[in-house]
Amino acid sequence: MSPSEPQELDRDRLVWMYHQMLRIREFEERVKRTFIEHPGVMRGHTHLADGAEASIVGSIATLGPDDQFFATYRCHGYPIARGTDVNTMMAEIYGRKDGLCKGIGGSMHLTDVSNGFLGTSGIVAAGIPHAAGAAWAAQIRKQGQVVLCFFGDGASKQGVFAETLNIASLWKLPIVFVMENNGYNVHTRTDQEDANRANGEDLSVKARAFSMPGVTIDGRDPVQVYETVGAAVARARAGDGPTLIESQMYRLSAHGNIIAPPGVPLHFPEHEAVEKFGNPEEYEAAKQGDPVPAFRGRLVARGALTAEEADALIAAVRDEMQAAVTFGLESPFPDVESALEYTYA
Amino acid sequence: MAHELPFIAAINEAIMLEMHRDETVLYFGQNMATTENEPYVDAFGRDRVRVTPISETAEIGMGIGAALAGFRPVVELYMAEFMLVAMDQVVNEGNRFRAMTGGQVKVPLVLKAGYGFTAGWAGQHTGTINALFMGVPGLKVVVPSTAADAKGLMATAIRDDNPVVYLHNYLLTLEHGEVPDGEYLVPFGEASTRRAGGDVTIVATGWTVDRALGAAEVLAAEGIEAEVIDPRTLNPLDMPTILESVAKTGRLVLVDQATRHASAATVIAGEVAEHGFSSLKAPIVQVTALDATVPYSQPLEAWVMPNDEKVAAAVRQVVGTAAATA
Repeated sequence: MSPSEPQELDRDRLVWMYHQMLRIREFEERVKRTFIEHPGVMRGHTHLADGAEASIVGSIATLGPDDQFFATYRCHGYPIARGTDVNTMMAEIYGRKDGLCKGIGGSMHLTDVSNGFLGTSGIVAAGIPHAAGAAWAAQIRKQGQVVLCFFGDGASKQGVFAETLNIASLWKLPIVFVMENNGYNVHTRTDQEDANRANGEDLSVKARAFSMPGVTIDGRDPVQVYETVGAAVARARAGDGPTLIESQMYRLSAHGNIIAPPGVPLHFPEHEAVEKFGNPEEYEAAKQGDPVPAFRGRLVARGALTAEEADALIAAVRDEMQAAVTFGLESPFPDVESALEYTYA
Repeated sequence: MAHELPFIAAINEAIMLEMHRDETVLYFGQNMATTENEPYVDAFGRDRVRVTPISETAEIGMGIGAALAGFRPVVELYMAEFMLVAMDQVVNEGNRFRAMTGGQVKVPLVLKAGYGFTAGWAGQHTGTINALFMGVPGLKVVVPSTAADAKGLMATAIRDDNPVVYLHNYLLTLEHGEVPDGEYLVPFGEASTRRAGGDVTIVATGWTVDRALGAAEVLAAEGIEAEVIDPRTLNPLDMPTILESVAKTGRLVLVDQATRHASAATVIAGEVAEHGFSSLKAPIVQVTALDATVPYSQPLEAWVMPNDEKVAAAVRQVVGTAAATA
């Protein structure tokens, strides 16, 4: 898979993509550093999208203003690319009153209805039918809306993946299934749990079982993602039904922070390739393919961006995310009674 | 004005009326709407009425998604046990989204399912799993016992902005009753006192309400006046009405088609023990199904289920006349 040539996207759009990739990466870095720099501020389990930025940005960039999307517990990147206020996102991850979800959802359940981000389930694959339900709603409304459904390679072994893709194809729902294959389901390599992978096939062959197009792409190339997801979105919008896209990438952080009882300081462990499988070479090779510096290199090489302009963007993003950390830390905890406020509508 | 309808037709009348009233109401499920001349398809078309594959997790999950996107889906699930294959979607998804999003969304969804079909359906299609849902934050649970309530509670369920598990007892399907004409809403959280009496309070739901009323007739002939209360909704649960009745009678018998420790009766007993203990003149007695997988064979099935005689015997026990009538 060679990188797609970015001529078809204008310079502003390419730079916007790079900027969003930087913003996601820096946000995630700040989340990761919070465990060390502000121990105790973050609780439970947090999952990072470093390595997935190109796929996230390339996908979200295809959406029109009225389109919608659903994500998984690894959900920080999508709303950043979509324009959600990162201050409220960081405050949410810190469990604060000014959080996007008022401190009740936390890292795994970010939602921003005002930007078409309708929900996030923390249960693997559970959000797939939610996205299809929203796509049914869009089909009834007949206003040309499309729904993007993000999930991981592991989710494709849940029964509801098969149930939902069958119905989506049967009903020609306006939905695009973006399967982010980051090589690992939690601590298990894809070839250990996926029959297609174990037999040397791409996971997108699963689409054949549901009579829908399936395509595998290099998810580290935002332009290729944009073009492929964009074509699938156009197909869905035209009423021709869903597409399954396997977007291949490498998760650059461990599955999540360590799981530990109260009292044990939390942190991100080394990636599973290093810590569990004793294969640091795999991890180092993956870092060489890191999509963020790779895309910078392409843009600079093509003259879409100077090195100075790229550095200036990085500096601006650092300031933006430092401000988000400060905002989150300064936001008060919610009133305890708010724990009961949203149980029922 | 009212008209007489079987229980199941009363439910359908409510769904029909609500679908006419609000074009965002959807109705879908397995083995329905397969031909063009079915009433719902004829009235509302294929956008809003659809047949699904046998895919409960996707059906309920898609109901949640359509609700998040502004519609009011009613999922036809036929049997409560079929929700068990999709339990994550029922108790850990749609019911949590409003809270987890800090109030950004609402999930107006009705999960319609029959239960308690103790008519020879053996072990896996007879369950009374109602209490599984009653303590789940974000869910509401409806258990009608009359045709009128079946209509009024369904209409209220469809208009509610939360996920509602609507459980209709299959044994009541063809029971006729007077049903109010036109728009009819029964509020959630308001118990119905189906019979007034001063000697003992009997709380029952669904099919067991008629068991309690049958027992009350027998007991009246013995000079014991039972008050029969049907909570109608398990969540919200109208504890004030139950506690007021117990304050008056001092005695409580609970009837439930579920096995004891999985019954709504046990939950209500706990509430009365905590909040109405000083009113009680005798220990609470629960008449529930025996702890068994419901047997196929008719005499065995009847033996494990509650019935009028078991309820009457429990009442005699709490009013202290058991020895005299034994």
